Amino acid sequence: MLAVGALFAGFITFGGYWGYLWREWFTSLDPKRIGIMYIVLSLVMLVRGTADAGLMRLQQVFAVGNSSGILEPEHFQQIFSAHGTIMIFFVAMGIMFGLINVALPLLIGSRDVAFPFLNSMSFWLFAAGAALINTSLILGDFSRAGWLAYPPLSELAYSPTSGVDYWIWSLQISGIGSLLSGVNFLTTIATMRAKGMNYMRMPMFAWTVAGSMALVVFAFPILTATLSLLALDRTLGMHFFTADGGGNMMMYVNLIWAWGHPEVYILVLPAFGIFSEIVPVFSKKKLFGYTSMVWSVVAISFFSFIVWLHHFFTMGAGGDVNAFFGIMTGVIAIPTGVKIFNWLFTMYRGSIRFPSPMWWFLGFVGLFTIGGITGVMLSQPAADFQLHNSLFLVAHFHNMIVSGVLFGYFAGLTYWFPKMFGFTLDEKWGVRAFWLWFWGFILAFMPLYLLGFMGATRRLDHYDASLGWQPLFIVAAIGAVVIVLGFLAQVIQLFVSIRDRELRRVGNDPWDGRTLEWSVSSPAPEYGFRALPIVSSRDEFWARKHGAPIHDEAGEIVMPKNSWLGIAIAACAYFGGFAIIWHIWWLLALALIALLIIVIERTFDEDTERIITV
Amino acid sequence: MNDTLTHEQLNADRASVLGFWVYLMTDLVLFASLFATFMVLRDNTYGGVSGKDIFDLSFALKETIILLMGSFLSGIALVLAAQDKIAQTLRWIAAAGFFGAWFITLEISEFASLITDGHGPDASAFLSSYFTLVGTHGLHVTIGLVWLVALFVAIQRRGLTRPMLRKMALLTIFWHFLDIVWIFIFTIVYLFGAL
Repeated sequence: MLAVGALFAGFITFGGYWGYLWREWFTSLDPKRIGIMYIVLSLVMLVRGTADAGLMRLQQVFAVGNSSGILEPEHFQQIFSAHGTIMIFFVAMGIMFGLINVALPLLIGSRDVAFPFLNSMSFWLFAAGAALINTSLILGDFSRAGWLAYPPLSELAYSPTSGVDYWIWSLQISGIGSLLSGVNFLTTIATMRAKGMNYMRMPMFAWTVAGSMALVVFAFPILTATLSLLALDRTLGMHFFTADGGGNMMMYVNLIWAWGHPEVYILVLPAFGIFSEIVPVFSKKKLFGYTSMVWSVVAISFFSFIVWLHHFFTMGAGGDVNAFFGIMTGVIAIPTGVKIFNWLFTMYRGSIRFPSPMWWFLGFVGLFTIGGITGVMLSQPAADFQLHNSLFLVAHFHNMIVSGVLFGYFAGLTYWFPKMFGFTLDEKWGVRAFWLWFWGFILAFMPLYLLGFMGATRRLDHYDASLGWQPLFIVAAIGAVVIVLGFLAQVIQLFVSIRDRELRRVGNDPWDGRTLEWSVSSPAPEYGFRALPIVSSRDEFWARKHGAPIHDEAGEIVMPKNSWLGIAIAACAYFGGFAIIWHIWWLLALALIALLIIVIERTFDEDTERIITV
Repeated sequence: MNDTLTHEQLNADRASVLGFWVYLMTDLVLFASLFATFMVLRDNTYGGVSGKDIFDLSFALKETIILLMGSFLSGIALVLAAQDKIAQTLRWIAAAGFFGAWFITLEISEFASLITDGHGPDASAFLSSYFTLVGTHGLHVTIGLVWLVALFVAIQRRGLTRPMLRKMALLTIFWHFLDIVWIFIFTIVYLFGAL
């Protein structure tokens, strides 16, 4: 990985691309460019997370009976901790913010987000977190306490090395970035919509982003607080969650899931939004049940905050508490089911096309429904007492996050790719990638459901031969190989598409779209719309194509100037985090002072805008 | 004031005020988490001191009055700024800053005396949660003070421009927000703790 990185850096240096990257990308405040940077970085992190997954699958194939497998237990624990952390925070969150940046302003008929500089800063904080987590590969080690680092295991007494500190600070830095993004996008939706676009004319993707960002705004501060408390325990010897000194580790578990459960919905709601854009376009029909879709987003957002306890029914909160949280968890399946049926009814009697985004959608419907059903099973406290901490659970949440979140994002990436780059992705390799992911997923995770029933616990680094689990683990490993092939198919797809880009160039509207982003050229210009649209319909662009009168508002185009201060702030955060991990206090002081100066400098800088003439 | 505001300027103001309120809500959730943690851990004194032993209500009341005084003065400064009276605005900002700094000094002295008596944040879960909750509020006030100083200098240099007025309005909102949080600290930490 290091070698690849060095090779890449060498290529950029000798090609003389640094100046170009710096001017056109790193310092850019254009949300579409920021979005593309999010996506590129997340895909790089996806490679690392997938490599970790492959190592885990191999370990569980070989570590049976007398063999201890290919990994030391310590190494294995670091790998499963890193896998979960990377996949949620640096892959799923990253692709999500990437797609929101690319699509949201265009969908709501806006040139930009509410706070362009904050947006760049959020991205660079995300990148600083990713850099910090990768630093742990070289200096020190990574956490061995799982992706949520439950105390007391994650406390200094049981994890004395720097691993958990790396976990805390990489999440803290990128988490603050996510929090600020949440504030930014929520404000964008509230204040930057095109004239005439009232809330019930907003495209569904914008609604799901609004739900998701409202959850970010309410949930991420809890994460910030919780990580800070754990850091205070570890760094200043406090006793929030320690085994001695009166600490209460169940408080940590409550707090982390009060963030962690909404987090799942933060990720999946935009995926729902993507499907709500794709299905009408490729069925040539308007979205079925728009109003019920809106209310189901609102309902899901609300319920997601009152179910967190189902992650630890076995804590011993008592029958009544468990019953409440169990019922609430089951109830969430209802608005989600409403959405599934609405998509299917949208397709009903439509004239349906099947490019790869639709395949991802169909795969999602089948697999996500299975995941939903196993989720309802787990929501029953009595069943959960048997199934918790088993591979059944692992299969369930991968069922939600891979076939729900990831398939949705892949569909979105394919769908909006021409709007980002001006040419489409190769369809043949796209469909191949889908089928490999689809069957790979089934092979990799259905055996885990069975193993869970047979009693296999999660994070198992060794098991006895007499249990007879090995064949199923081998099937799961084959599934992982098929998924990797699917990922390779996507790499080939990208390569083939870039190679043939001149043949694949498309105009404004390659999919016969319905919403405003397809009314501007591909790739979308920096300023989005030359004249700001005035909206009178839910599917505004569709209505315009079918004769609705166009009222646009021409005027001065004011765009933000580039700024490198976002990178500078993120650099301060990186060095500050690094300093706390290694207790280098002078470096921390330096980073904080630099941060303060930069923030004040930027706040009082009034020369931040420029006027574009076209 | 300025009657020739463009649509974009108004929209930018609207966005930054709304955005700031949304940010304040996130801060409120942060404080809510710390309050919840304090409520859970307040009786976990681990054989050490409890709230009854260390809290002095009259001291806390003094802190409260000083903090609220600063907030009140910053409000007056905003009214004067809206009337475009630079010299008076600066004077009242300075007065607000003085009370803010006084509050921080009192809080630091309280923390210092607790630590020298051996009741530092590492002594028990109760003290950890107390120091963290009250300290986080103090940190916010400190950041507010830095902001206030920066604003003071900027207004001196550039006058009461429209962006300055907006920043000042946001600062006073921030200060009032910290008052509200403090009222809860006074009630939940000091009043309930000393009873």
